Amino acid sequence: MIVQTSVDGLRAWKKNRAIKSPWIRVLILLVIIAYFILASQSVEINFERIRLGLSRIGTMFNGFLRPDFLSRGKYIADGVLESVAMTIVASSICLFLAVPLSLGASRNIVPLPIYLVCRVILMIVRSLHVVVIGIIFVIMLGFGPLAGVLTLMLNSVGFIGKLLAEDIENIDKEPLEAIRATGASWLQVVVYGVWPQISTRFIGLAIYRADINFRQSTILGIVGAGGIGGVLDTAMGRYDYRTAGAILLVIIAMVLVAEYISSHIRRRIV
Amino acid sequence: MVEKHMVSISNLVKKYPSGQEALKGVNLEVNANEILALIGPSGAGKSTLIRCVNRLVEPTSGKIIINGIDVCTLGYKALRMQRRKIGMIFQEYALVDRLTVMENVLSGQLGYTGTFKSIFRKFPPDVVDSAIKLLERVGLLDYVDSRADQLSGGQRQRVGIARALIQRPDLLLVDEPTASLDPKTARQIMRLIVELVIEYKLAVIINIHDVQLAQMFAQRIVGLRDGIVVYDGTPDQVDNSVLTEIYGEEDWDQGKKRHAQEEDDDEDDDIDQVE
Repeated sequence: MIVQTSVDGLRAWKKNRAIKSPWIRVLILLVIIAYFILASQSVEINFERIRLGLSRIGTMFNGFLRPDFLSRGKYIADGVLESVAMTIVASSICLFLAVPLSLGASRNIVPLPIYLVCRVILMIVRSLHVVVIGIIFVIMLGFGPLAGVLTLMLNSVGFIGKLLAEDIENIDKEPLEAIRATGASWLQVVVYGVWPQISTRFIGLAIYRADINFRQSTILGIVGAGGIGGVLDTAMGRYDYRTAGAILLVIIAMVLVAEYISSHIRRRIV
Repeated sequence: MVEKHMVSISNLVKKYPSGQEALKGVNLEVNANEILALIGPSGAGKSTLIRCVNRLVEPTSGKIIINGIDVCTLGYKALRMQRRKIGMIFQEYALVDRLTVMENVLSGQLGYTGTFKSIFRKFPPDVVDSAIKLLERVGLLDYVDSRADQLSGGQRQRVGIARALIQRPDLLLVDEPTASLDPKTARQIMRLIVELVIEYKLAVIINIHDVQLAQMFAQRIVGLRDGIVVYDGTPDQVDNSVLTEIYGEEDWDQGKKRHAQEEDDDEDDDIDQVE
């Protein structure tokens, strides 16, 4: 906005404000402040409860600082192996479902009806939190890693499908036109025009997702869908904080290892 | 009725969903072996027009008859068969960056190759051989396995030319082939295209906004303005009044003398081999 200044004849420039009227700006600010005051009054803070809890944190940390790997070592080992197996199975199967779905959910390469169907599927899959899906599968299929694998798979399909579709919609349009102009079939356009433009991104996503899957497999055990999380939940329930501490250390170590491996692979490929 | 023209476009209209009318009833005939340059200001509809010919853009109404076949009515499969006979060269080269030069050239043959064979890069030996010949012809034999994004602009356009020609097309559509190139490379690329077009006996429609280049290399010039053909004639008939008709009022003589001098200097340089 150019402002005419009177004294020296110089013209000044100021960036336009998003909200023009100063009255409305002040009003919005007042509303926000009022909201914070009201909201803070609605929170009940029970200091007695906090004092009790603090001492429990003490016993918990005490246990965590002296982790006990051995007394329930077999369960921990089994749990970790199960989590790793769930991660690998779910992460690999999801790719076969995610790729076709993401192609279908890209407006630039499929007709509108297919696009809408795939987008709706992705939206439904993504609308539920992984724990909610986990509970549903546990109810449907009973306790155990099968429910966990299906949960992770569904969640990964939604994740990779959506992000990959976004990438496909952002690819360079001209090479696509050029491949189409040669008389190539739809699949050939995908293989020659689309895939080379998204392949590194796809591999990066797949590895990143495997990473997430391992972390999520630890929480799924808590709702009974198999993996190390179940062992952790049991240990916590029995106030066996030394075993719980050991399990947490194992999880952290595994996540770090997974992180290291995935970043190493990604650096090699991309 | 026997078609005497290779391409005959009649009453072609293209309205975009935004309401913009890019082509307002274009009539145009292209003869076999003709080098036709399409000139006109930005937004005149040049790109839309040539994209309608191979239906990268769907025309709203009108007819485009190529070798007796109305392209506008073709179904998916028949359109693909028709597209195989129409090569296209793009302004920004439109190569697939992460594929190698060879893969980019071979992609011109996709319409003739089965899907699974093409996925595993199993092209027939004679196709691979002609790809090698073409790369040799455009001076890129040493770059067969380089990725397309490692090449310079001029080199990339040469790959684009090879990709279009390996289709063995009857008709070549060229969309602003030189707009992203420096003046010298632009001339070399134009010269290469025209040489190859004569060698392969093709008809070609070249979109080009550089009037001088158009006059240098084309046999016929068609001027498009606001989606209508406003000029159709030989290059030497294009004078200031014609330019004004196509582009609007402007002092066309300004700077012309300097251009004329440059032309003399450049006359003797050949298509250079890529360094």
